[in-house]
Amino acid sequence: MLTEGAEAALIATLREAAADSGRVLADTDRADEFAGRFPGWAEVLAVAHRRIASLERTVETLSDRLTHDPHLAASLHEVLSTAAAIRSTASILAETGELEAEWRDRFHRNLNEDSLRLAESSKALVTYLDEGETSEERRGVPQEEVELFVTARGHHFAELEAGAVTIDDLVQDAAELTSPAAREVGRNVLRQYLSDAAVMPLDPLRAALAEHGMEPLKLARTFETDLPTVFRRLSAIPPDAMPGEVGLIVIDSSGSILFRKQIEGFALPRFGASCPLWPVFLALSRPQVPIRRRVSQLGRSAVQFDCLAVAHPIGAPEFNRDPVYLSTMLILPVATPLTEAGDVQVVGSSCRICPRSECFARREPSILNEGF
Amino acid sequence: MSRRVLLIEDEPNIIEAIRFLLTRDGWQVETHSDGADAVEVIQRAGPDLVILDVMLPGKSGMDILRDLRDVPALAKLPVLMLTARGQSRDRDMAEKAGVSRFMTKPFSNAEVLTAVRDLLAQASQS
Repeated sequence: MLTEGAEAALIATLREAAADSGRVLADTDRADEFAGRFPGWAEVLAVAHRRIASLERTVETLSDRLTHDPHLAASLHEVLSTAAAIRSTASILAETGELEAEWRDRFHRNLNEDSLRLAESSKALVTYLDEGETSEERRGVPQEEVELFVTARGHHFAELEAGAVTIDDLVQDAAELTSPAAREVGRNVLRQYLSDAAVMPLDPLRAALAEHGMEPLKLARTFETDLPTVFRRLSAIPPDAMPGEVGLIVIDSSGSILFRKQIEGFALPRFGASCPLWPVFLALSRPQVPIRRRVSQLGRSAVQFDCLAVAHPIGAPEFNRDPVYLSTMLILPVATPLTEAGDVQVVGSSCRICPRSECFARREPSILNEGF
Repeated sequence: MSRRVLLIEDEPNIIEAIRFLLTRDGWQVETHSDGADAVEVIQRAGPDLVILDVMLPGKSGMDILRDLRDVPALAKLPVLMLTARGQSRDRDMAEKAGVSRFMTKPFSNAEVLTAVRDLLAQASQS
């Protein structure tokens, strides 16, 4: 009968779920009957209930990270304490009418010490926050796991190209890919990788790069292929074959990021929405038309990049079926920045953290303008 | 009779600034920087007012405050608490522990002066 061991635990969880729902159910005491008649559904309900509890815990932890992250708390405390010392000392110097020379010198010295400390501690804080962005906390979402997997291997899979291992071997051995969904996404990425590599093998590509340089159109002609293949392939070959670093982003027409390769100086947010001014989105409004724009991203540095984007339909065309587009953008660093303001499209990373004040594309206010 | 304040804080430059400020305002300022024996030091010094930092080496300001309120003679001693975290959780905790007034860093000198004057006035009325 359904009253022992695992069944008893199941029934207890069902009762808990009923209690937590805050409703008075007339048939709460018939949980064992429910579990007996619909064991599958009862299990689904119990699993969902446990999952809600664990998600609630995660939300609490994240929303009160200051309290739960001792390193962050200590780091902020250091910054704010130093700021307090500076504020207090500075206003004594500014507001005290006749200050004895001895006191004045001492406060000046303190101010100097504290400002150095503030510089150090705020730098340390930013480093810590940056690390937090890239560390394991990104686990869980399939695309995130695939990104970790690909990044850990430098975006290049020499053994796969050589035929020494199979896609399934790689995916099986990848510690980063923890869920079936992540393994599936990983397999798709590798299949695409292999078919790109077959069109543009490494040795001929090295030769073509030596001849043409970083010219995606010429490379596309040389290998008789399309631009998205060139973009993807350029972001997947070893650094020694490349004239410079490149970034890549692939989105679908809903704006969701499917794949990305980060490049220093160009922030690509994963969660939440990105900046609609990126050429990768513009390309969606002109399918199959290659777009090249010089952009500079507002933020810590104003480095310029050349962004090459094109939107292309996926799957073979069919009568009376609307095409679905992906847009692929290659991000190239720029050797000689343009100086004319009109030649450079200024973009952001995401509205919430974008400092640009007058922007017709803004969705929501920036926390940076609220004196964060 | 001079008003006496005991400042328990481990930042030397904050100590220096507050000491200067309160001395000019007519206070006699004593300081202490270790959390571990803060309660005994307060008992021995018998000040009119305590300024207490939350993050202290040895023992947190929050624990010190709780221990203070357990001593009958110190249950009503005015305590101004300084914290670098303005979170409501800290404030709630301090209020439960019996804080007289709460101030977040970075504070202004005027805020400190107003707070200590108010606290003393309230204490002498009751």
